[in-house]
Amino acid sequence: MADSHASQYGLAHHFSSMEQQREAGTIGMWIFLLTELMFFGGMFLVYAIFRTTYPAGFEQGSHLLSVKLGGLNTIVLIVSSVTMAMAVYYSQIGEKKRLVGMLSVTLVLGLVFLVVKYFEYREKFEHHLFPAMGFYAPDAEHLALQYHQQVRVFLWIYFAMTGLHALHMIIGAGMLLVLILMAHKGRFTTSYNSPVEICGLYWHFVDIVWIFLFPLLYLTGYHLTGH
Amino acid sequence: MSDHTEHHIVSPKIYFAIFGALMVFTAITVAVARFDLASVWGPLNIIVAMTVATIKATLVVLYFMHVRYSSKLTQVIVIAGLFWLLIMLVLTIADYVARTGWPTPLGQV
Amino acid sequence: MATEVIEKVESRSTYLNNGHTVKSWLLTLDHKRIGLLYLFSISIFFLIGGIYASLIRLELVTPEGDLLTPDTYNRVFTMHGVIMIFFFLIPSIPAVLGNFLLPIMLGAKDVAFPKLNLLSWYIFMLGGALMMYTLINGGIDTGWTFYPPYSSIYSNSEVTMAGVSIFITGFSSILTGLNFMVTIHTMRAPGLTWFRLPLFVWAHYATSLIQILGTPVIAITVLALALERTFQIGIFDPKLGGDPVLFQHMFWFYSHPAVYIMILPSMGVISEIIANSTRKRVFGYHFVAFSSLAIAVFGFLVWGHHMFTTSQSMYAGMVFSIISYAVAIPSAIKTFNWLATIYKGSVSFSTPMIYALAFLGLFTIGGMTGLFLSALGLDIHLHDTYFVVAHFHYVMVGGAIIGYLGGLHYWWPKMTGRLYPETLGRISAVIVFVGFNFTFMPQFILGYLGMPRRYYAYVPEFQVLHVLSSGGAFVLAVGFMLPLFYLAWSIKYGQKAPNNPWTAFGLEWQTASPPPTENFTYNPVVTTEAYEFEHVEEIRNAGKTGAIQTA
Repeated sequence: MADSHASQYGLAHHFSSMEQQREAGTIGMWIFLLTELMFFGGMFLVYAIFRTTYPAGFEQGSHLLSVKLGGLNTIVLIVSSVTMAMAVYYSQIGEKKRLVGMLSVTLVLGLVFLVVKYFEYREKFEHHLFPAMGFYAPDAEHLALQYHQQVRVFLWIYFAMTGLHALHMIIGAGMLLVLILMAHKGRFTTSYNSPVEICGLYWHFVDIVWIFLFPLLYLTGYHLTGH
Repeated sequence: MSDHTEHHIVSPKIYFAIFGALMVFTAITVAVARFDLASVWGPLNIIVAMTVATIKATLVVLYFMHVRYSSKLTQVIVIAGLFWLLIMLVLTIADYVARTGWPTPLGQV
Repeated sequence: MATEVIEKVESRSTYLNNGHTVKSWLLTLDHKRIGLLYLFSISIFFLIGGIYASLIRLELVTPEGDLLTPDTYNRVFTMHGVIMIFFFLIPSIPAVLGNFLLPIMLGAKDVAFPKLNLLSWYIFMLGGALMMYTLINGGIDTGWTFYPPYSSIYSNSEVTMAGVSIFITGFSSILTGLNFMVTIHTMRAPGLTWFRLPLFVWAHYATSLIQILGTPVIAITVLALALERTFQIGIFDPKLGGDPVLFQHMFWFYSHPAVYIMILPSMGVISEIIANSTRKRVFGYHFVAFSSLAIAVFGFLVWGHHMFTTSQSMYAGMVFSIISYAVAIPSAIKTFNWLATIYKGSVSFSTPMIYALAFLGLFTIGGMTGLFLSALGLDIHLHDTYFVVAHFHYVMVGGAIIGYLGGLHYWWPKMTGRLYPETLGRISAVIVFVGFNFTFMPQFILGYLGMPRRYYAYVPEFQVLHVLSSGGAFVLAVGFMLPLFYLAWSIKYGQKAPNNPWTAFGLEWQTASPPPTENFTYNPVVTTEAYEFEHVEEIRNAGKTGAIQTA
């Protein structure tokens, strides 16, 4: 039993079968996502407390964000989730070329998301809407004075949550790059593809966080438009 | 829903169906957000937004992340995670709801 | 204790003689070596934290503040708390004994993710290095709880760097917990069902649960605090419309369960020691196993009892108070079951058992005084007094550290292949017990009489009790230093240990002392329930002849 697997491709020495290794990897990633959930959960808690405390400020702050760009990024992320799911599918049926293709599309979409995010951030900095003491100075065109401090809290939550999310996207992009290289070298087979699956779980989780961030941050003040 | 961890391959057809559903729900949530539902009922806007987001997230978890076809253990892990998140949110928010003197007058800046 | 014939170990390959270079240690993926790396690192942090503790007790010998300035005193007690909690107690049993023993107890070759395991040690050391940087720059003066707005606005110490350090260290704890959970789920030997697991493993499963669910929250909390301090946002600052109590909510959501990260593994160790030293199966095995999980779950529901004197809603306070009482139930179940195990057992007073008995008494006092503090009305009087200090030291030192020392002695022959001097061990265990009680029992009285915590000077009436406490601390320090010396001595000069010096039950005693790199020379199969001491002999013989390999 101990030596029969020694030569099996992709099996680490301390596991006794591919099945055990795959199971450990999947459960490990799920447990990691549990920590991620609690990590973002802390920020969602801060959001919930201050949204109920400063409803008007949150609507005003949300109104400063571009629903068009946020919506675009939502679509980009959803599409990237589909391509990621397809990548997992192609790794399962062993189509190397399509696997590389789908992973590459996913990576490109992730980068598109980050570029859009960059332009959003830059616009906020240009209008002095980054909530640091001494820097934050919204002009009257952007904000009625009585909401300054409340909006500052909103913007902090906006930057903290989207910043953390973007950081996770960057890490995910790094993972995808490694996967693409491995897939290109033909490292994955129909029996050894759990790295693709595990990174897929991570990518979908990051997508789910955005699914909540989009309405909470961008859409809260959307109804103020055109009234 | 069985305990076996045998590999289940989800057909691309399901992926595309889920993709369609996600796009539709995104459109719904944006469309609803155009209207101020506070005149109907104060928290209606956020309830609609969160319901739609939860449906979307559930679809992603069940199908893209294969939880529907996964082992019981994975399903338990997902539920445990939600349970713990709820502990944190509910017990903390309950304090703020029941608290006297919150928000502080100073806080109304 | 060693009646068994000692086998020749010189020629055998063990995890210790598998490479002697520094590189073979620093780049090892062997869970046993990583456990020893942790042992070495946390011992250093324990020493540093201990030096701070002595400074506190020295200052408090006289009522006047004559040894340290008030500011220095603030830094000293803060650094004592931060180092002891984040860099000693939380990693202590899981990262040292857990890392070393858990895979062996499961009959596995290693933890599920050996590279993550090594990474967790490096992350721990990085966090530790940043904390040392903070220390060299004067430390921090906020108290280990980092409450804003003091920490976010007024404190002139390295709060941001300390926050980053704790943020980083948290990930080491998460990775250890993640590794353990996956290992327990997927890598148990054939026949080792959940209810055949040693209670040590159950305790570590519950601990890991807290580590992976609680630690991320403290990470985001200190991150928010660091950002608040840097950018002056106002989510925790009441002047800008924020709420300092929100920080306390988030902080204690982790930091209360963190107490169970410290005590649960210790309870696991105690179960093992008591079963072995009484030659009996732990009474109510299932109850003890499930009470670990119950503590992990209830532990997450009670954090508000740290905030009874804040502006927290009194209704929330009532709920938190009632649930806090509920945590006593699983803890009491464990204690009563241990007592029932000892009853009519053939008790041997070895060093580990003396520690275990000390644990039973001290943890009971620590737990019972916890009930005082979870009572809404009484807590108003006792909040932030020495009563609280005494209470949590009874749990953290009397519970966690004593369990750690007991476990270290119990498994020392397995880890090093050497026996420690038993008489010295017993003497030091008694010294620890006596010194501990002299240190902290007076503090209950001090606190009840109204001595507040974190004060560097006090009214002269309290001096007798404070001197008693400081004297006890000196004795306690001797008790802690003794094992350091004789254990280190035994590595080189100790008698060679047989494979099963305690004739104990469990997979870890079936392999060699010290174990080979792959833990077992055969593939272990488990055919009996846990703690069936009547089977120890036959299992051992089967292991020797190789009969276990089949099946």
